[in-house]
Amino acid sequence: MTSIAEPIHRQLGMTDPEYDSVIEILGREPRPAELAMYSVMWSEHCSYKSSRSHLGRFPTEAPWVVVGPGENAGVVDLGDGWLAALRIESHNHPSFVEPYQGAATGVGGIIRDVFTMGARPIALWDQIRFGPLNEPKNRYLFAGVVAGIAGYGNAVGVPTVGGEVEFDPTYSGNPLVNVMCLGILKREQLVLGTAGPPGSIAVLLGKATGRDGIGGASVLASASFDYESDEKRPSVQVGDPFEEKKLIEACLELYDKSLVIGVQDLGAAGLSCATSEPAGRAGVGMDIDLDSVHVRETGMSAPELLMSESQERMMAFVSPEKVNEVLSIANKWEINSAVIGTVKAGPTLTIRHEGEVVAEIPAASLADDAPILDRPSEQPAWLSQEWAKDAPLRQDLEASEALKMLLDDPAVGSSAWIHEQYDHMLFLNTVVGPGSDGALLRIKGTDKAMAVSTDGNGRLCYLDPRRGSARLVYEAALNVAVTGARPMAVVDNLNFGNPEKPDVMWQFVESVEGISTACESLGIPVVGGNVSFYNETDGVDIHPTPVIGLLGLADPAPVDPPRISRATDGMEIWEVGPEPTTSMAASVAQRVLNGGLAGRPTEPDPVAAVRSVQLAAELAHQVPTLHDISDGGLAVAVAEICIASGVGARVLFDDLRRLFTEDPHRFLVVMAPGTTKLPDDFARRVGTVEGTTITFGKDRASVSLDEARKAFGQAIPRRMSV
Amino acid sequence: MKTAVVVFPGTNCEHDVVHALESLGGEAELVWHRNTDLSGFDGVVLPGGFAHGDYLRTGAIARFSPVMAEVERMAEQGAPVLGICNGFQVLCESGLLPGALIANRDLAFICRFVAVEVADTETILTRSADRGQRVDIPLNSYEGNWVDPSGTGRVVLRYVDEPNGSQRSAAAVSNEDGNVVGVMPHPERAIDELVGSTGGTVLLKSFLESLVPA
Repeated sequence: MTSIAEPIHRQLGMTDPEYDSVIEILGREPRPAELAMYSVMWSEHCSYKSSRSHLGRFPTEAPWVVVGPGENAGVVDLGDGWLAALRIESHNHPSFVEPYQGAATGVGGIIRDVFTMGARPIALWDQIRFGPLNEPKNRYLFAGVVAGIAGYGNAVGVPTVGGEVEFDPTYSGNPLVNVMCLGILKREQLVLGTAGPPGSIAVLLGKATGRDGIGGASVLASASFDYESDEKRPSVQVGDPFEEKKLIEACLELYDKSLVIGVQDLGAAGLSCATSEPAGRAGVGMDIDLDSVHVRETGMSAPELLMSESQERMMAFVSPEKVNEVLSIANKWEINSAVIGTVKAGPTLTIRHEGEVVAEIPAASLADDAPILDRPSEQPAWLSQEWAKDAPLRQDLEASEALKMLLDDPAVGSSAWIHEQYDHMLFLNTVVGPGSDGALLRIKGTDKAMAVSTDGNGRLCYLDPRRGSARLVYEAALNVAVTGARPMAVVDNLNFGNPEKPDVMWQFVESVEGISTACESLGIPVVGGNVSFYNETDGVDIHPTPVIGLLGLADPAPVDPPRISRATDGMEIWEVGPEPTTSMAASVAQRVLNGGLAGRPTEPDPVAAVRSVQLAAELAHQVPTLHDISDGGLAVAVAEICIASGVGARVLFDDLRRLFTEDPHRFLVVMAPGTTKLPDDFARRVGTVEGTTITFGKDRASVSLDEARKAFGQAIPRRMSV
Repeated sequence: MKTAVVVFPGTNCEHDVVHALESLGGEAELVWHRNTDLSGFDGVVLPGGFAHGDYLRTGAIARFSPVMAEVERMAEQGAPVLGICNGFQVLCESGLLPGALIANRDLAFICRFVAVEVADTETILTRSADRGQRVDIPLNSYEGNWVDPSGTGRVVLRYVDEPNGSQRSAAAVSNEDGNVVGVMPHPERAIDELVGSTGGTVLLKSFLESLVPA
């Protein structure tokens, strides 16, 4: 508990050495408003102080990168004048404290990051993780987060076309809510987060500023949790999708008419960030008058105005002669607007409130002089013991029994309970939507389509963060390839525990290395990301859970893209990719059938990974069904095709390890005999589509299609309707 | 012949409706909700979305938007007026259609394809369809549950497997004259096999064929 006697900087989450640095920068004691600004901008959430020294490892360059990490979103070139903007962000702690609003404002925030770049946001993906659903609290969090995503995403008019859900005890005290947004724009519409030259006018657009979300970045996102965290509820912002929808349309009209020089959204750290970052990027200063800020409650102090994380606000920098037109467009879209300041030469950001100067600081120091920590990292001792263990799998089950148990797992079973609450069709682009591998979105008026897959796996990364993280990148690449797309760029959301612990820091560094090497093998850059530390509750860290969002481009898109619902009687089932080992480490089967995690996950093979991705992208133009093999292995992949297509299958073998291993770089091809020739050294026939049951090798028992459908379809609903 | 596609603040299906009507050979233009003159138009679509944030009650604020006086005038003159999803809610609130739309029975948003059956072919949405014809179109709503205490509403489309509690399984409803229709699922989302289905084509073609010069 924070004691009353504690100095203010500590109450704001700032350490003593950081406070000393502020004094050194300013040459004096900071004023309260200045302290507030430094405390939020130097928080872990905003400054990346624990991670920044490692993030330079990521490959970030490629000829098609237009904007790399550091701006509000990454931007890549799709050709023919089209660009895509993408970003991923976490809202973990707010969602634990208040699941509906926490998730809703996560959606709102990531959408703003994307339309800040000049893009129309066209799709969302949600990566959500909770503790097991037998706990009422976890059901409450899960239902609340899904309702929050639906409530905000549907109303703001951006479809949610994919994502992933996981249930594991590691997330019981700290659920994960990561949201990715994709936008599209013409090249001439690109806008950056710059304040522009001296004389530019700062116009604050959108919702009035209130006391909600004060200190969200520093208090919620950058500190550890305990089970009394409900007390932090006032730090959670409240979302208003209607305001955001109007803000999107107003901003897109401003871009269309070339009325802005730069734009910065107000998210974490609110006005502190939206003034200092664009000024820092442009190498200028700024005069800001807080009395001009439109507010929705009276008596707010300067620190409150500067730290507020009220949602649905945007800062535009405009040439003086265009201000009136900007204000009239805001008026047309029925959003509030106010001129709050002027850009000036020199480094100083000066902020006035009630006629007095409340802050006078070097603008760039808030972002550039943030502390960079070199935290110690050390491989945890228990891990090598874990690696030495074999990963056993119980052998007392027939394959059909094991399959039914896996299909009934809520992370493996159908996601319909979730995605049917989301509008996933708006804009008429969704060629392949939720419930498949990657989502495929056409670009109307062109032959192109974009594919996106988001992938995370805490089990894998817990047992080997480097191998696990690399495998996530390869899996995401294969997921977009089976829709016909070539991988293009990655955004990552790195969810880890407390970085002050050397073993957590080691997990982080290993994960960055794994992601980097996999991206290098595939020849794709990381164009943005987010780091979320302090995912621990009562001293227990979550499994390291990096989440990868990978964008691919299909150019041209397959005329008739593969779908998992296209298998018909008599077709052959082939497995493409390297012959798997019998490793069960970190598999769903290990968790569901054995309970617990053990062993070392199989090392990814960059050469095989690239070959699989290329082959899948080619086959997507030739065959009716392609499906990535991942959670639940080959058996679950076959069952998913059977359920979606309404057919049975005969799988040639019955060995549990062969059926349920999750070894990487493999996918299924289902096709009429003789459709195409697959390479002998990289593909093997594993079964046939036939009948109305799923059978395995010599097993006498089988799973009827109805049983499979019921287990798969009810995995979530039956747990939520208790 | 030209269709006005009305945009309220919070509307989000307007571009999809224009795309669909144009793909089917029609001519359509976006009209801001403050517009008070629709004299150049031969028909109107109120598209889906969350007009005025759905605050207070779905459609409750939108019915007072300036454009609605013109929509009412056109409805009275017999021009085709189609409300889709949120537009259906606005038409009920404004009294152009009977009944009201309340929260789905299971209190959850529903976004998925549903099968509907043509129950009445004497309307602007169904004149080119056959009675009993079944089509798949996507539902996408939280307040999609139609209640009609008066019992006077003409049911135009019926859910084959009623998903949300709607009385008489109504998926689309019309006024007495058949020129004002509200439909809960989205026909404009089902005009292209590549994104799911062409089930909406016959419905939007009916709408376009109902247009006569004003």
